[in-house]
Amino acid sequence: MVGLEHYLTVAAALFVIGIFGLFLNRKNIIVILMSIELMLLSVNINLVAFSSFLGDLVGQVFTMFILTVAAAEAAIGLAIIVCFFRNRGTIDVEDVNVMKG
Amino acid sequence: MGIADYAFYAFAVVILAAGVMVVTARNPVHSVLWLILSFLSAAGLFVLLGAEFIAMLTIIVYVGAVAVLFLFVVMMLDIDFAALKAGMARYLPVAALVGLVMLMQLALLFGAWVEAEGAPGLRQAVTPDLAEVHNTRALGMILYDQYFILFQLSGLILLVAMIGAILLTLRHRTDIKRQNVMAQMQRDPAKAMELKDVKPGQGLG
Repeated sequence: MVGLEHYLTVAAALFVIGIFGLFLNRKNIIVILMSIELMLLSVNINLVAFSSFLGDLVGQVFTMFILTVAAAEAAIGLAIIVCFFRNRGTIDVEDVNVMKG
Repeated sequence: MGIADYAFYAFAVVILAAGVMVVTARNPVHSVLWLILSFLSAAGLFVLLGAEFIAMLTIIVYVGAVAVLFLFVVMMLDIDFAALKAGMARYLPVAALVGLVMLMQLALLFGAWVEAEGAPGLRQAVTPDLAEVHNTRALGMILYDQYFILFQLSGLILLVAMIGAILLTLRHRTDIKRQNVMAQMQRDPAKAMELKDVKPGQGLG
């Protein structure tokens, strides 16, 4: 019988894969953004699993807000990448030093 | 094990395998396609959990909008991805170590996981019986009622994101020929061309 723990395990594993990808693709900012999307998806799985097994709909409402924020974040992030690529001709994270940070 | 359990394991395996492929694929276009696969399997998990509306929303928003946006950017930018992949072998040990530590920390939680005594009484919106109200309707009733302000604010977030994305990527190039609609519309036919009556055999002279 599949219970709450099974879903939480999948979500935890997906979150760890996201973090793994974050460290593995230190240079490629597009794959970093994709890893962040994976992590947000794992949070969504967590919320929906708790919502379903505890019988509380609020978890699904929060999932919708996370979905909204994820979409906004992807749009802004990719726009920044396009803008950066036009100015510098690369998307290597190590070359991001325009602001002298 | 029922059919739903088999479906859970199938979706779980696919979502994790696709997740690993997203972060390790050589070609970013393949990464995006694996990302789409993992979103679709997550939607399958949501259907198994009884959250049909969230499942469909995931497909529409993630696959239909976010993944296609990624695909656009990956294909639009002319990037030497082989150079970006060069350091991957160097980062692998650190990445594996961080991932392993994180996984062990999350695994520690499973042993010490206790539900609070009054937890069922603290539920804000108890899921109504499926026979009375289905998932989408029940969600709508609390989203447009209890969470109306948050709903409007999330719309505002999307508006800000839209304006920001347009503002960041819009540029007016001056080195190209551009259509000037006003100039075209204000052209006077009398000034633009002249009619000549050419007699046969004489030419315009």
